[in-house]
Amino acid sequence: MKARAFEYVRASSLQDAFEAFARVSGDCCYLAGGQSLVPSLSLRLQAPAMLIDISRIDELRGITLADDMLRIGALTRHAEMLTSPEIARHAPLLQLAAPHVAHPAIRNRGTIGGAIALADPAAEFPAVTLALDAEFEIAGPEGLRRVRAEGFFKGLYETALEPGEILTAIRIPPFRAGDRAVFDELARRRGDYAIVGAGIQGRVAGDRIESLRIAFLSVGPAPIRARHAEAAVAGHALSPAVIAGAQAALERDLDPAEDPQTSPAMRLHLARVLLGRLLGRLGEHPACKGAHA
Amino acid sequence: MTGSLGPLDRPNTYIGRSVSRPNAKRLLAGRGRYVTDLQLPRMLHAAFVRSPYAHASIASIDISQAASAPGVHLVATGADLAKLCKPWVGTLDHFSGMKSPPQQPLAVGKVVWAGQPIVAVVADTRAQAEDAAELVVVDFEELETVADIDAARAQGSPLINPEIGGNVSFHLKVESGSIDEAFRAAPAIVESTYLFGRHTAVTLEPRAIIADYDPSEERLTVHHATQTPYQFQDIYSRHYGLREARVRVVAPDIGGSFGMKLHVYHEDMAVVGLSIMTGRPVKFVADRMESFVSDIHARDHRVSARMAIDADGTIRGMDVNDVTAIGAFSSYPRTSVVEGNQVIRLIGAPYRFRNYRADLDVVFQNKVQTSQYRAVGHPIACAVTETLVDHAARNLGLDPFEIRRRNIITQDMYPYTSPTGYKFERLSHEACLEKLYALMDYPRLRREQAALREKGIYRGIGIALFVEITNPSPAFYGVGGARISAQDGAIVKITPSGEVHCLISVGEHGQGTETIIGQIVADQLGVDCEAVRVFTGDTDVTPHGGANWACRGAGIGGETALQAARALKRNVLAVAAAILQARSETLDMRGGQVVDAESGNARIDLAEIARIAYFRSDTLPHDVSPQLTASHHFAPKGFPFAFTNGVQACHVEVDVETGFVEIKKFWVVEDCGRIINPMLVEEQVRGGVVQGLGAAFFEECLYSDNGQLQNGSLADYLVPMAGEMPDIEIAHVETPTRDTELGAKGCGEAGTAAASAAAMNAVNDAISPLGASISQIPMTPQRLLRALGHA
Ligand SMILES: Cc1cc2nc3c(=O)[nH]c(=O)nc-3n(C[C@H](O)[C@H](O)[C@H](O)COP(=O)(O)OP(=O)(O)OC[C@H]3O[C@@H](n4cnc5c(N)ncnc54)[C@H](O)[C@@H]3O)c2cc1C
Repeated sequence: MKARAFEYVRASSLQDAFEAFARVSGDCCYLAGGQSLVPSLSLRLQAPAMLIDISRIDELRGITLADDMLRIGALTRHAEMLTSPEIARHAPLLQLAAPHVAHPAIRNRGTIGGAIALADPAAEFPAVTLALDAEFEIAGPEGLRRVRAEGFFKGLYETALEPGEILTAIRIPPFRAGDRAVFDELARRRGDYAIVGAGIQGRVAGDRIESLRIAFLSVGPAPIRARHAEAAVAGHALSPAVIAGAQAALERDLDPAEDPQTSPAMRLHLARVLLGRLLGRLGEHPACKGAHA
Repeated sequence: MTGSLGPLDRPNTYIGRSVSRPNAKRLLAGRGRYVTDLQLPRMLHAAFVRSPYAHASIASIDISQAASAPGVHLVATGADLAKLCKPWVGTLDHFSGMKSPPQQPLAVGKVVWAGQPIVAVVADTRAQAEDAAELVVVDFEELETVADIDAARAQGSPLINPEIGGNVSFHLKVESGSIDEAFRAAPAIVESTYLFGRHTAVTLEPRAIIADYDPSEERLTVHHATQTPYQFQDIYSRHYGLREARVRVVAPDIGGSFGMKLHVYHEDMAVVGLSIMTGRPVKFVADRMESFVSDIHARDHRVSARMAIDADGTIRGMDVNDVTAIGAFSSYPRTSVVEGNQVIRLIGAPYRFRNYRADLDVVFQNKVQTSQYRAVGHPIACAVTETLVDHAARNLGLDPFEIRRRNIITQDMYPYTSPTGYKFERLSHEACLEKLYALMDYPRLRREQAALREKGIYRGIGIALFVEITNPSPAFYGVGGARISAQDGAIVKITPSGEVHCLISVGEHGQGTETIIGQIVADQLGVDCEAVRVFTGDTDVTPHGGANWACRGAGIGGETALQAARALKRNVLAVAAAILQARSETLDMRGGQVVDAESGNARIDLAEIARIAYFRSDTLPHDVSPQLTASHHFAPKGFPFAFTNGVQACHVEVDVETGFVEIKKFWVVEDCGRIINPMLVEEQVRGGVVQGLGAAFFEECLYSDNGQLQNGSLADYLVPMAGEMPDIEIAHVETPTRDTELGAKGCGEAGTAAASAAAMNAVNDAISPLGASISQIPMTPQRLLRALGHA
């Protein structure tokens, strides 16, 4: 299939992009890495009059630590999550998730801003931003605003972005001593969107998990925090009973839908198995191990 | 390597060597020329409006807006093409009682599967054609859909083809020995019902065709990504009423076929008509979404089978019922019942029991047609047989190797005729089993398995014997009235500078045919492989032949090339003898020269002979007239098929909490007769195994109740990828067929034939301690979890 004809403009600044957007009254799409948008055009699922290429806008680049926040520019490629020392140090959960995102060729082009803006319920990074308590920097013709990940993912491919707005950066509270991060997913083949996946970031105090954030992907229309499971763990040491309690609590957190390959019951079952394994791994961290001994 | 090479065992032999592919560099460098790469002058592009419904009648079609869209040259409906194209019917005489309705290029009056092409739009570019296709308005009246194997035969079920009455295409029963008696007296019976999912070939290069009709000469040239150009020359000529000699089908570089590219497709037939209507070349390349809903699918069988066994593990008999759903009609020209036929005839093939009964029911449903795809029927026959054998072994406490040793057809029993009438010249089950046992270090794996089970790790080992049908004679299609050749032809010539050209009817689509044909010719003529060029796939140029299907390139094409090269060699030696004033029996060809046969001393260069023959024939005696071109045609004459055999083994670890399976290792011992090129045989086997494992774990066309394919994209239809595939270790046993000089049989389908059976046995071996079992493929995590009692 061939995409329908469209106009193409390359924006060199945010201002440029907003002007182009206004010119076609919004019948357009921003193009970042193109790894989701281009297939969708080729399948004629989308047929905008114009593509506004934002991939050369400098303001959307760079990874910096400032005001005690790690700022990751929206154009940061998935591949950089694997190679950037800043990310390894300040947001290791992103680094742990990145190998599960597609394949190297796609990771070389796909951008984290694109992944967040698209908000595919099966995508890794949106869920990870929930676990990281990240916030998003959003630019519009009127100026800049910030939205917490918590309130950003609203439903199936639905976010707090207003038409014409551009996600400029992701801001993450940096990883501190005593923090622990684990990520894993169950995908049929390497690089596939997962049947279920989860990222956990927690703080360890002594032999206990002081606090933690558990975020799941692929179990609902949007990434979702498992608050009941979190509550079952917070304040406790990671004993088998506590882990079992968290697994049981998932029933109240998740309400997966049916799809041709996977029943809701199976997804919930797999989410529990995954959670159990991840919490087990969280407990295997040297800090926790030491505490048990 | 075993066995004497006989007349092939000479110095400079290329037969049996891992010669690398002469075309590999060209293809890797992006210099391949596939149909998609061809740009012809004045070429137009076709796109199709397809049915969104699986079953509907067409009330009206409005093409007015599309016809006036930018770049559009023609919008054609089913009625338009029906005026040019004679309908086709996918039945063959030797499947007696078989029914299928007549087919047209585009739907006329009704649609019978979701994705069926209804209207063709021809425009300057494909994008314009697609734009205009969106403007065609078709008014449908939706009809009740038959999407289920049982629904097809249920009372009051809607008829997909009312003109033939009933939704059953074909029924076949085979029976031999006394089956009821065998079961009545049997101390043990094992039985199971199996589901084999629908899957499809997923070639790297999709279907592609350019039809180029020249009205001034009434000449049609079709550039076609097909494995059988001669068959299509015949079909296009007959269905469009063109003289055969004026129809040329050219198959350029082909990016995989697997049987998928030898069936008649509606779009392809339409494109020929569209070119006739416009008088211009028209191109159509199926995109991946179209491939999923229009390429043939395969399998989709439900088999109930039981096996009667004696207390010592001797198999007494098998009783089988196979129901298969083929889509809305039978494919053309090979039909859609060959798979079912092969399933029921291959079940039990490695074993010597005599009591056998099988029923086959082939039914219609509102889905795309199924037909022959790599290893037609074999994986099903093999899985049914081999899982029942394992089941019996488990019940009797016998080792899987041991129960097989007790039942296989042994060396002293050949030639052997199976209860279903297949004649085996000579197979090598014993040698293959023992070789596999050593290759995989079976006792070590069993020890490891036992130790890991203590730790809650569930590994499984599965083996599966197989018998493969290769080198088909006219018994396959010809006897049924199909104009599908079982013979092949080759023309071999010496060029003026002493190099060699071979034009042959078998083709190259990635499997290495060009390489082995070149090896055989070089070998026979005693020239360097580099000096031989092989040409394939052009009905105006290459001799008529069956080309590639059912494993025949090496066995039949190879023998053809061998005989043609020998004929040419005789001619060359006759000229050399005249020049050298020697007797030709005392001469031989080696290293690009004519040599003294006994001493090996060089007598004259091949290039020198060519120079004299082509430019100085005046220097030759009067009665010598050099024939530096020779041709030969060959069709199998002895056994109707050359059966091959082998055994495969799969080692898996099942995560019993998630239902995910890690395939840890795979082994194959195969016997394809004379091995021409071990590397290529191993590539074929590995590729085949991967496709078989795809069927076992990943691939399935999932349909909704109303006949919609739900996973028709490569994101959702899971093909196995390198990351999921294990190392595949291969060993060989060689039992050449005596029906040919070359002795080669086929190996293209061997890998696929038993991989899913070995995988099923491995998974069941892993989960049996938990009281679980599975008899459905693909073995998805969902199905395994269900088998394990979770979810
Ligand atoms: C074969 C394949 C496998 C894949 N597997 C995975 C996987 O396993 N996991 C996964 O998470 N993803 C996967 N992806 C998707 C990939 O990660 C995409 O790169 C990502 O989802 C989108 O990023 P992009 O930069 O390519 O965005 P684009 O495709 O350019 O854009 C996507 C959407 O986001 C909008 N957009 C992009 N950037 C911005 C911005 N800064 N502000 C506002 N809107 C914006 C665009 O307008 C568009 O609507 C896969 C893709 C492919 C092709």
